[in-house]
Amino acid sequence: MRPTERISAAISEARDRTAIVAFITAGYPSREKFREHLTQIGNAADVVEIGVPFSDPMADGMTIQRSSREALAQGFTLRWLLGELAAMQRPKAPLVLMSYLNPLMAYGYAALAADAAKAGVCGFIVPDLPYDEGEEFRTALEAQGLGVIQMVTPVTRPERMAKLCAASQGFVYAVTMTGVTGKNASVPGEVTRYLETVSAAAKLPVCAGFGIRTREQVEQLKGHVAGVIVGSALVEVLESGKDPAEFLNSLRPR
Amino acid sequence: MSMEYSHDGAGDPAKLLADELAGKFPDARGRFGPFGGRYIPETLIAAFENLEAAVKQHLHAPDFQAELAAELKSWVGRPTALTHAPKLSKAWGAEVWLKREDLAHTGAHKINNALGQALLAKRLGVTRIVAETGAGQHGVATAAACARVGLPCTVYMGSVDMERQAPNVGRMKLLGATVVPVTTGDQTLRAAIDEAFRDWVSNPDDTFYIIGSAVGPHPFPYLVRELQAVIGKEARAQIQERTGKLPDAIIACVGGGSNAIGLFHPFIGDASVEIIGIEAGGTGNGLGQNAATLATGRPGVLHGAYSLLLQDKDGQIQETHSVSAGLDYPGVGPEHSLLLWAGRVRYEAATDDESLEALQECCRLEGILPAIESAHAFAGAKRWAQKNPGKRVLIGLSGRGDKDMPTLQRTILADTNKQP
Repeated sequence: MRPTERISAAISEARDRTAIVAFITAGYPSREKFREHLTQIGNAADVVEIGVPFSDPMADGMTIQRSSREALAQGFTLRWLLGELAAMQRPKAPLVLMSYLNPLMAYGYAALAADAAKAGVCGFIVPDLPYDEGEEFRTALEAQGLGVIQMVTPVTRPERMAKLCAASQGFVYAVTMTGVTGKNASVPGEVTRYLETVSAAAKLPVCAGFGIRTREQVEQLKGHVAGVIVGSALVEVLESGKDPAEFLNSLRPR
Repeated sequence: MSMEYSHDGAGDPAKLLADELAGKFPDARGRFGPFGGRYIPETLIAAFENLEAAVKQHLHAPDFQAELAAELKSWVGRPTALTHAPKLSKAWGAEVWLKREDLAHTGAHKINNALGQALLAKRLGVTRIVAETGAGQHGVATAAACARVGLPCTVYMGSVDMERQAPNVGRMKLLGATVVPVTTGDQTLRAAIDEAFRDWVSNPDDTFYIIGSAVGPHPFPYLVRELQAVIGKEARAQIQERTGKLPDAIIACVGGGSNAIGLFHPFIGDASVEIIGIEAGGTGNGLGQNAATLATGRPGVLHGAYSLLLQDKDGQIQETHSVSAGLDYPGVGPEHSLLLWAGRVRYEAATDDESLEALQECCRLEGILPAIESAHAFAGAKRWAQKNPGKRVLIGLSGRGDKDMPTLQRTILADTNKQP
């Protein structure tokens, strides 16, 4: 199975219990705790999205800005992260890296694809790399069986939606609202209708993200998407020192 | 400063220059050679498609150009003067001319762009404007332009900059803008741009982001250049009328690079004219001590475009230092990166001290207080003049220095303030 297919399979396996894609900022709250947190979260979630801290996270809200800045201040580098992943006993949940483009460019695409594959990474989410600018990066990843998870949004036009759904690898990341990450969003009817549009356009499983914090939201989304992405809320749980697995389990519909 | 960078994959400099002169940039993908492009979150794709269509439809349309020209004349006060500077000429040994953007309404070149984009936003039918500001000049210009065209305006400004450019904060508020302090990131221009983008990502349907420099995703660098090229077009005609010739050199300061590209662009085809951009040399050559992006940066992606950047080996953007808030930025417009790689423009740095010294000379000898940003161009021009005695240099005086009084009180006036 190609690494990107592992992502799709892990989400599809969740079936009607709604898959959880759990986001953590790499190296935060501390680099020492990274392996322990990843193991806990990787056992509770279906996919783990590991955020690569960047100095200018232009699509992220306060929580991820703060966690990124703190991780960088503590000496985080992408090289360190890939080294940790390659050396550790990785959880069963497939791993996806979320990164702004510049740290990936600085690493070098070919070297990155090779090192990421060795580290067990299955795919990438790059919020400032729209499909139209992404060919060189996608080509480098494909050589290792890795791919880019494309995002779609409520303001994505239908013909573009079809193109992005067809191009995505692993799953389709449906941003539930316009805005930065970390806000508390309710799930109005227009959102579920939008998610159904995405699911209809996509062959891959669709996961909804941006603003998911409560079991009520997950329940409201159930049946409309294959999975949900939990980001800022989980980072806040780690910040407060609480048990991340317990939090993730509390989100699952009863 | 050394100029160490790789030209790998950039293409042949002569070909890049020929394409630039032929008006082929930005190309269909929004590129100036290898630089530029559109690296934006998916949420903004539709907003940028709308913006690009609006630029194509309106920017060069006769009715838009007529409206813009009328406002530039009667509200901004264009054309701005070209001033001969006889005493600086005598002191430096070359003939010095000043293109007086400090005389434009609100005190800097920024108004050319803010007005043009506000008029464009009005045609797009948006209901609110956001902007970022560093020195406060773009914020003031945008606040004024929004008042003029009748759109509400929110300006993001780093808290560090709010302190060092306090007079401009009050001006923006008087002009009806909401000023939002940015306390995240480095709390200067770069963090303010991050925050303005976040606002736009959150409100892509009803909001227009008036970016203040020739940076950002396509078509911003092109749009800003076109709106600022009025500086170079006027200067080129004025100096020929006054002296019968083109200047031997033109010099402007470069932060993001909007006043520089505006002055430079109409002269790029004039092979006899040496073109020099002056960046902020800060306090020294070390990483974090300056904002000399073109002199020391490497290519990468920040704020939506591929251009030279001040970054570490891991691709993290570096904090910068300059006495001038308007030049304190780790990136630069993609067309400047192209002009560097094509070998058409030389980029140098002037330190904080050199710039403050040149500012004093301009005040005492010509009775003009330039902005600290513009003073960097004077420092570069002084250096050039001493090497080129008797030749003619045109300096882009991008803005006036009244807004810099808090900084000047702390620095060059500190000694005189102690006297009884």
